[in-house]
Amino acid sequence: MATATHIITEEEAASHPQAEAVVVRFAGDSGDGMQLTGGQFTLSTALAGNDLATFPDFPAEIRAPQGTTFGVSAFQINFGSTAIETAGDQPDVLIAMNPAALKVNVDQLREGGLIIADEGEFSARNLAKAGYEQNPLEDGSLAKWQLVHFNISQLTLDAVKPFGLGNKEALRCKNMWTLGLALWMFDRDRQPIVDWLNTKFAKAPELAEANIAALNAGHAYGETVEIGGVHRHHVAAAPAEPGLYRTVTGAESLALGLVAGAQLAGLKMFFGGYPITPASALLHHLSRLKEFGITTFQAEDEIAAICSAIGASYAGQLGITSSSGPGIALKTEALGLAIMTELPLVVVNSQRGGPSTGLPTKTEQSDLYQAVYGRNADAPLPVIAARSPADAFECAIEAVRIATRYMTPVMLLTDGYIANAAEPWRVPDMSGYEPFPVSFFDKAPAEGESVMPFARNGDLARPWIKPGTEGLEHRIGGIEKQPGTGNIDYSPGAHQQMTDTRAAKVNKVAESIPDQDVCLGNPGAKLAVVGWGSTFGPIHQAVRRAQGRGQDVAHVHIRHIWPMPKNMGELLKSFDKIIVPEMNTGQLKTVLRDQFLVDARPLNKVSGHPFRIAEIEAAIEEALA
Amino acid sequence: MNEMTKVTTAKDWASDQEVRWCPGCGDYAVLKAVQRTMPDLGVAREKTVFVSGIGCSSRFPYYMASYGFHTIHGRAPAFATGIKLANPELDVWVITGDGDALSIGGNHTMHVLRRNLDCQILLFNNEIYGLTKGQYSPTSRVGTRSPSTPFGSVDRPVTPCMFALGSGARFIARGIDVHKALPDVLKAAHAHKGASFVEIYQNCVVYNDDVFASFTERSVAQEKQLWLKPGEKMLFAGDTKGLALDSERLCLKIVEADDPSVIVHDPKNRGVAAMLIELPQGFPVALGVIYEDPAPTFESAVVEQNAAAASGKKADLQALVSKGQTWQVDKEPHAI
Repeated sequence: MATATHIITEEEAASHPQAEAVVVRFAGDSGDGMQLTGGQFTLSTALAGNDLATFPDFPAEIRAPQGTTFGVSAFQINFGSTAIETAGDQPDVLIAMNPAALKVNVDQLREGGLIIADEGEFSARNLAKAGYEQNPLEDGSLAKWQLVHFNISQLTLDAVKPFGLGNKEALRCKNMWTLGLALWMFDRDRQPIVDWLNTKFAKAPELAEANIAALNAGHAYGETVEIGGVHRHHVAAAPAEPGLYRTVTGAESLALGLVAGAQLAGLKMFFGGYPITPASALLHHLSRLKEFGITTFQAEDEIAAICSAIGASYAGQLGITSSSGPGIALKTEALGLAIMTELPLVVVNSQRGGPSTGLPTKTEQSDLYQAVYGRNADAPLPVIAARSPADAFECAIEAVRIATRYMTPVMLLTDGYIANAAEPWRVPDMSGYEPFPVSFFDKAPAEGESVMPFARNGDLARPWIKPGTEGLEHRIGGIEKQPGTGNIDYSPGAHQQMTDTRAAKVNKVAESIPDQDVCLGNPGAKLAVVGWGSTFGPIHQAVRRAQGRGQDVAHVHIRHIWPMPKNMGELLKSFDKIIVPEMNTGQLKTVLRDQFLVDARPLNKVSGHPFRIAEIEAAIEEALA
Repeated sequence: MNEMTKVTTAKDWASDQEVRWCPGCGDYAVLKAVQRTMPDLGVAREKTVFVSGIGCSSRFPYYMASYGFHTIHGRAPAFATGIKLANPELDVWVITGDGDALSIGGNHTMHVLRRNLDCQILLFNNEIYGLTKGQYSPTSRVGTRSPSTPFGSVDRPVTPCMFALGSGARFIARGIDVHKALPDVLKAAHAHKGASFVEIYQNCVVYNDDVFASFTERSVAQEKQLWLKPGEKMLFAGDTKGLALDSERLCLKIVEADDPSVIVHDPKNRGVAAMLIELPQGFPVALGVIYEDPAPTFESAVVEQNAAAASGKKADLQALVSKGQTWQVDKEPHAI
């Protein structure tokens, strides 16, 4: 059993322990390169064969004033020799590069955990900026944790002295010094980082050498200097399915999945996007992949982004657009047109905290109402949600499949946490994916007969007719239409029939998706913890622990939010109680109640941070009490 | 003309749908002009797409026997961009109005022009919102009384062709709904590679009747219309008057037709184009192709860059998913 909050006892530490899982948090100023440090530590950890999950936590400001609490950037990684599903409830180790980083993060450190602080940054000025009246490294206020501090800044300066860098540039190597120390602590190989630095600074070899020197110095410091309280841990490789692995962030895996989906459909892809945090990464990734028949278009706004994608779908490519909540709101009218004209489209929503600008860099899953209900009029569309960075790959393919088979826009929900977080991913064997090639309709009607752009097949989908096809010239638009011909038709019968058909078509999607499974536990359990999206990890661990205590709990994770699998109602009704943990104020809970009249109880959190396992465990205890 | 393209007639371009504009609407004349022009362009119906936004004019695509997409308010240029990028072989026409293109869709109009997407944009300017029953529009003159401005509008109107020029349009022309020269303007717009911006003065008989009468009425047309022809002198009033540059005040002035200083129309002259677009009171209205200076089109640049970036690379999905730093796990999994 993975224990994300595993406490390293003194005894364990003394015996060079085999820790099952360790949570490390790197925290510093946004200019300190903490995301980079975390990313590289992740890579070396993945290469060491550990399972892992990460949580990058950075400010909305690009460069907040140095040394302030709101400029603190942190990167948390949970890695272990067993399956890791979350970034960890509480760090075991906090590496604080300045007073502000300590201030913001220390309360989350588990009691008895280790603080490593750069005392070189604990000047009177920096202490004041962080709001400390006294130096916490000296006043005993950190007594419930193990504290070690040394002058990382000075040690870095000493290490890179031979390379003649300016003071500012030299201090930039601090993060590599810290990374070196962390690599030593957890017995990680330095070579991949050295290779990476040599590539990154290929054009400035002196910077590469200085950074490598800092990395080595940090490592050597751990090895040679007696640091009170700092012990070396070996975290063994996690068991994993044999195969080729890589790390992947949600944004990367989404991009790959969309490319795979387009290839399986036999379509060229058109991606219309507009920069918005945290969705922009998808545009960045796709814009480099032209060899896969991808056109990326940075539009003038969110509306033009979706409209151009719909235009491309109309012209016979796979139109895709992506944004975050506020941008999706702007796209809503165009989504209605895509529903009305029944064109395939994939809309990716990387959710963030809201409403309005809200918490642009923090995670939340509060756009479920927007996805399911959030349009004017009766405008249903399929909604699916990814649960993790790796899962986003499968969900993207599924979104393309549904969009093209049913001629409908599909909303794919992910969130800021999934988009930025990394996890190991077993590289899929693409030959194992069944292609779902699209066939465009090209049979001109017989003399005297009408073109029927709104005829229906068994799925109730209409034919996809590309402009350029002779004899099938026709007009489509947002006005209600006559079934079959698609000619403008405001008559009561036409609107009733078309509204019913649009809804029935979306409901038909349920016929080609798998039945809802119970991913842990059994149908009929006393309690089901039902979740969706990125809460998968903490729910799964919490349910696993509760089962370990002998409790009759099941975990149901919903990928297909709309329509839901056919057996969902029956399954939910088999449980005595249902709780629905969500990073919103109870949105899936509402949908479940609405659709199935079940007594689903909410468990909500909107702090901008993912659930902790312990929070869900407590809710399970309470529900079963 | 592509020799494979079937010869068509105006009738071939009319769809079977009943046209539903108000009797006497200028839109009928524009529809007829377009249907009459299409056969002369040597284009195929199946390769032609009319894209529109919302408004009276935006019903236009339903009446053309080509492909057509009636989209949402103001966004037709964005749809057109996706269509043209997805299939550059399609001949794309954008049909829009003063509210659609310059109010709700002003942003998209600006960007489609600066990007220079190869399409024809026909802006039906009637200086009023017709479909919503007569509110003043961004091209309405100050003082326009309408249901939403019962005491007269107070905000100054935008000049569509100036907006286009400022947005970087490389083709700017004007026509009049019922004028016989409209097909020639349309042909020139079609011949231009890039975004062709055509403002068509269109009379709304119901909500803004005769708003352009001061220069469209038969009695004043000769005096008040200056039809520009590339390479020819800027003459009007039955070739009795012309335009010349007032080099002291750096503006245009009216001179006798035989004055040697009468300007020859050079559509590439952007400075003169600006002056022609905003000829002051007492001058005729400049019509025809005011400005044309071709530049590479957006879709051709995109296609070219996509091809260059893809050249020499194989679309190998397995290789793509296997990229980055990878590691092999060989051992059999064991239970956790």
